[in-house]
This record gives sequence, C-alpha cells and structure tokens, in this order.
Amino acid sequence: MTVVERVPTDKVVVEGMTGDAAIAHALKQCDIDVLAAYPITPQTIIVEDFQKFVANGEVKTRVIPVESEHSAMSACVGASAVGARVATATASAGLALMWEILYCAASMRMPIVLAVANRALSAPINIHNDWSDSYGARDSGFIQIYCQSCQEAYDTVIMAFKIAEDHDVLLPVMVCIDGFILSHNVERVEMLPTEAVQQFLGVRKPAIALDPDNPVTMGPLALTDYYFEFKEQQDRAMARVPEVFERVESEFEKMTGRRYGRFETYRVEDADIIIFTHSTPGGTAKAVVDALRERGEKVGVVRLRMFRPFPAEALREVLRNAKAVAVFEKCRSFGAPSNPLALEVRTALYDLDERPLVTDFVIGLGGRDVPPSTIVEGVEKTKEYLKAGRAPLYETLGVRK
Amino acid sequence: MSKRFDEIPMAGIIIEPGNAMEYKTGGWRAMRPVHTDETCLWIKNGTCGLCWIYCPDNAVRLIEENGKYRYEYDYDYCKGCGICANQCPTGSIKMESE
Ligand code: SF4
Ligand code: SF4
Repeated sequence: MTVVERVPTDKVVVEGMTGDAAIAHALKQCDIDVLAAYPITPQTIIVEDFQKFVANGEVKTRVIPVESEHSAMSACVGASAVGARVATATASAGLALMWEILYCAASMRMPIVLAVANRALSAPINIHNDWSDSYGARDSGFIQIYCQSCQEAYDTVIMAFKIAEDHDVLLPVMVCIDGFILSHNVERVEMLPTEAVQQFLGVRKPAIALDPDNPVTMGPLALTDYYFEFKEQQDRAMARVPEVFERVESEFEKMTGRRYGRFETYRVEDADIIIFTHSTPGGTAKAVVDALRERGEKVGVVRLRMFRPFPAEALREVLRNAKAVAVFEKCRSFGAPSNPLALEVRTALYDLDERPLVTDFVIGLGGRDVPPSTIVEGVEKTKEYLKAGRAPLYETLGVRK
Repeated sequence: MSKRFDEIPMAGIIIEPGNAMEYKTGGWRAMRPVHTDETCLWIKNGTCGLCWIYCPDNAVRLIEENGKYRYEYDYDYCKGCGICANQCPTGSIKMESE
C-alpha cells in the first residue's frame, strides 16, 4: 500500500475543462506507456489532446495510430501483455468494432483503461448520447464506471488504473461519460500535481509479462477441459473488485478529500420514491428532487457509478425501504422484458419479502434531451402506478407517440 | 490430471515453454494408421519417409538398427488424422477404425 498525503490546496491547479480534456489530462498524469486509438466522435478530443502532449514532449507515451478500433484494442492487449500501462478511448460504432477484443482484454486479464464517451449506435447514424454502446458490452468482463461530472471523470481515470492493476483484480476498466453532455461541456476541474498522481499509482507491476528471457504463451487454446476453470478465475476476480475499489478510493480520499462510492445516495433516508439512474441524468434528478422536496414530496436519488460489478447487495439495503424505485435509463434492450439497468435493480430486489415497485423509463435515446420535466413525468407516473399497485415492465418517455 | 481453477496459471497462460510433449493427442484418435512392410520404401531401402515428414505430431518412427529398417507409430501422439496414409506414394498405410 502506498503512503499518500493530502495534497495542499495551493498545489492544485483549477481549470475549466471538457470531460474529454479532463480525461486526457488524467491519462497524461498517469504516465501511460502506450495509447492506441482510432478517432471517433465524441471521444476524439481525448486522443487529440493527448497527441498534443506527445508532440510537445510532455509525455513519454508511445501512441499507436491504428487503422480501426479492432486494431486499437488489439494493440492495447499486446502492449499490456508486456507490462505497459495502457489506455484507449472510443464510442458507439468504435466500441462495437472493438467487441471481439474487449472479451480478449478481459479474459486475458489485461488492466487496460478504456474511456468511453457514450454515444448511440447506428442506424440512423447519430453522434449523440445514450448508453446502448457500453450497455451492450456489459458482459464483456470489463469493470464499468459511469461519471456525472468532468471532475469525477478525471478522478475516476486515475483510480481506474490502480483498481485494474491490482493483482487481486487484473481486469480492464471502462470509464464512461455522456457523449457531448459531458465530453464537450466545460466544467471546473481541480487537477492534482503530477507527482501526487504518480506517487498514488506507482509504476505498474505486472503479475506476469511477455519477456524473451522468460518465455510464456498468453491467450492459448482451452477447450472443454479447462475453459470453464479460467472463467471461474475471471468471475472471482470480478467479485474482488468492490474490496479493491474501496481501498483505492480511501487512499484517493486521503489525497484529495473526494470520494464517490460505487453509487451516490441523495436525500434517500425517508424517500418513498427513489429515482435510480446514472451519468448526467443523475445531476438532473438531484435538481428535480430538491424541487419536489420543497413541495413536501418524499423523493430521493440513487446515482449508480459502478454498473459492473453491479453492487446488488449494497443497493438492496438502500432501496428496500422505499415504496417505489423509478429507473431512468438511456437504452432499449429490444425484445427484452425490461432494460439493462432495471433488470439489475429488479434482480437485486427480488429476494426481499416485501419489495418496492420498480418502474422503468427509457429516456434520451440518440441524445434526446432529458429535461427535469421528463424526470418529473416519470415520478408522477410512478405515483399513479403505486396507487394502482402495478406498473408496466417498462415504457418510453420523451418520444412523440 | 484435471486441476481446479486455483491450481492453474491465470488466464490460461502457459508458463513453461516447450510443453507440447505433455499433451497426448493420441486421445483424439478415432482412426488408426496401419502400416504394411511389404511395399514400404523405408523398409525396402531406407528411403522415402514422406509419412514421417508430413506427420504433424511426430508420431511416425523410422528406425534403423544393425543395417535393418523398422517402422512404428507412437500412439501416445498419433491423433489419427490420416495425413500419412494420404501422402504415402505406395499405399502402404491404411486407416482403420479404432
Ligand atoms: S495418422 Fe496423422 S498423426 Fe497419426 S501417424 Fe499418421 S500423420 Fe501422424
Ligand atoms: S510414405 Fe509410405 S512408403 Fe514412404 S516411408 Fe512412409 S509408409 Fe513407407
């Protein structure tokens, strides 16, 4: 365990930054060895900014400008295999093209950090935000953390390396921000001194690396006789994430005073209805809750951060006393009885003898704005369903129908 | 032989190079090559050896002892692929069901 000290305020640099720029700066300070990426909106600024750092000689990173995202993740796996600290960034179709190698990165236990600026999938082609891209990759074996602010994106990238590279984990991490809403929006970001970040992270110590003097083979064949055992290992590594996350966040808090948790709770103590969402709608939901509380309504928010591994047990304790949980999610899982986020919430609550009613609202597809009124509409519907004693498995909100 | 998840290296990494000997591919065999000395060029005059060259598992043994030629298979590794039978120019190898 590294010894970290509180960074004095006069050493902190405050700047107005977009989410993408905040991530690029975090990557720079994390002293990554290799970045392999292919440009795609709205992630592009991350790599553009980083390329400037390289061109200016501010970092020693080797940037590999590959011909596709499939190659980007492949190059990342190769670099990570020799023991490098590695990052990449993508969105939407780019993430889709990485698909095959996402699974390789996770199951070969490569601690790569992948920044995702969440964007809708084609067709019709659309560059704006929803969560269909990274939700689709939820079973790939990546840890997934969703951020609400540029500061949180910056902080999370730094912590992501430490979680990923921990020998109890050794799994890749997706750090997700809402495309355009956060990726291109300027906010106040407090940047740590680079020495503090580097002391916090240290140099990556690979558990095992490709080395000509000690040859090993990575990613070989395993069939009916051993494949399942390797999946067991991977599953157990995922199960160890919460403990490592907690340890890393405690150290980070010592250094910065900031802590986010696997989820954030907001005015939930006596709440009858808990709004459950993540990323930028989390901020909107908190504003809605403040307004509704002024009218005497007992509402609160749980803003999820860690979607994988899903903190089912901890959430159950927070949600169990509410009358209803209103889920707002920017994804439709076509043909599914409900949608990725609500499915997890329902599973988490199912074993309770008395469980809250769960409503599931699909919002904001293709970057459709999610104003406070959309959240209010969902809360109002949830109240009606509570009265009726039953709710539909899901419905869309904010679409002309 | 079969180990638990916590008794094997992480992610299937092969930590000892050159360990293919440990993998006895003979277990895969459904058809077995059967060799006839009468027509075989190796037995006749120590030539040919195409089966030995082509066998992907080094399972053909061409043996020379006291000026005499012998022929055998290593059934620990012969996986029954039939390549040797296919390559033999004299039809000296037949594949038979195990
Ligand atoms: S059947 Fe295949 S493995 Fe067996 S000896 Fe012939 S070539 Fe080799
Ligand atoms: S290929 Fe046929 S003829 Fe040639 S050595 Fe082998 S068995 Fe004999």
